[in-house]
Amino acid sequence: MSLEPETLKSLVRAAAEQVIASTAELTALDQAIGDGDHGANMKRGFEAVLGKLDAIGAQPPAEALKTIGKTLVMTVGGASGPLYGSFFIAAGDALSHSRQLPDDLVEVFACGVGAISARGRSQQGEKTMLDVLFPVLETLKTEAGKPDLIARVRATASEAVARTAPMQATKGRASFLGERSVGHVDPGARSSCVLLHAVCNTLEARQ
Amino acid sequence: MNDTVGIVIVSHSKDIAKGTADMVRQMVGSEVTVAFCGGNPDGGLGTNVPLIIEAINKAWSPKGVAILVDLGGAETNSEMAVEMLQPERRHLVVVCNAPIVEGAVMAATEAAGGSSLEQVRAVAEELSSA
Repeated sequence: MSLEPETLKSLVRAAAEQVIASTAELTALDQAIGDGDHGANMKRGFEAVLGKLDAIGAQPPAEALKTIGKTLVMTVGGASGPLYGSFFIAAGDALSHSRQLPDDLVEVFACGVGAISARGRSQQGEKTMLDVLFPVLETLKTEAGKPDLIARVRATASEAVARTAPMQATKGRASFLGERSVGHVDPGARSSCVLLHAVCNTLEARQ
Repeated sequence: MNDTVGIVIVSHSKDIAKGTADMVRQMVGSEVTVAFCGGNPDGGLGTNVPLIIEAINKAWSPKGVAILVDLGGAETNSEMAVEMLQPERRHLVVVCNAPIVEGAVMAATEAAGGSSLEQVRAVAEELSSA
């Protein structure tokens, strides 16, 4: 089994549309602990991705992921561009090296998360998108093959976002706030959750 | 010309980037090539990879290019821009861990004397450890 172009296209469309629909929410979260541009930046990046949807759908999955990544890098205009961009470029690289979706999902996802961690020089527990992505990677590993994997991924992402609220930021713009960052959900964690939920919902609807 | 390390200034604000470049030119002179950029792809506050790549190429010198940045995203986007350069240029560009205005002036002063990229970076970064 491999990832069909139509499936990939519908996943990308859903993820982009959900991020764009969340612009106001992401902006509000980022105004609380950042510089308030996360919503607009993600919207700009994913609108550019949507604009290339047909081209992306025509590419093999490895190239499609790299196109998404490069598009985000070139258009987002904030740190989240290189961070999310690195995820997709590294995931695409992993697919170029004989890995396949969905069979090697764990390895491919791990490459993407590792690339974000390296790019941001950040680990789990620093109130960033990694506080959603690492727990989801763990769920993908431990729950692989189970019939309710999608539901578990969705729940993991939601719970992980909520857990960023009491954390104190030590990376990113929010770290300037120190203790004042406590009590707010991290905008990057939230946008990761939005993307993951869009993927989960789309895959579920196609089952 | 071009036998000195080039300087690139990357700020979230084009005005800050330009102002910093103006200060460098006035204080150090024109023997060092200084390029600058600022703003997101829509022209608002932010930084943007294509413009950073353009600035690096504008300031290019065989001795290398030192980049000075302001806040978080400027650093992340600059590192991304370096990785997207032609492979033979990547190892000749560094992002300095230094305050943007003071770092740019110090780096350019050092570069004007014909110093290597590592020396230029070290002088700029001394400001952070002081």
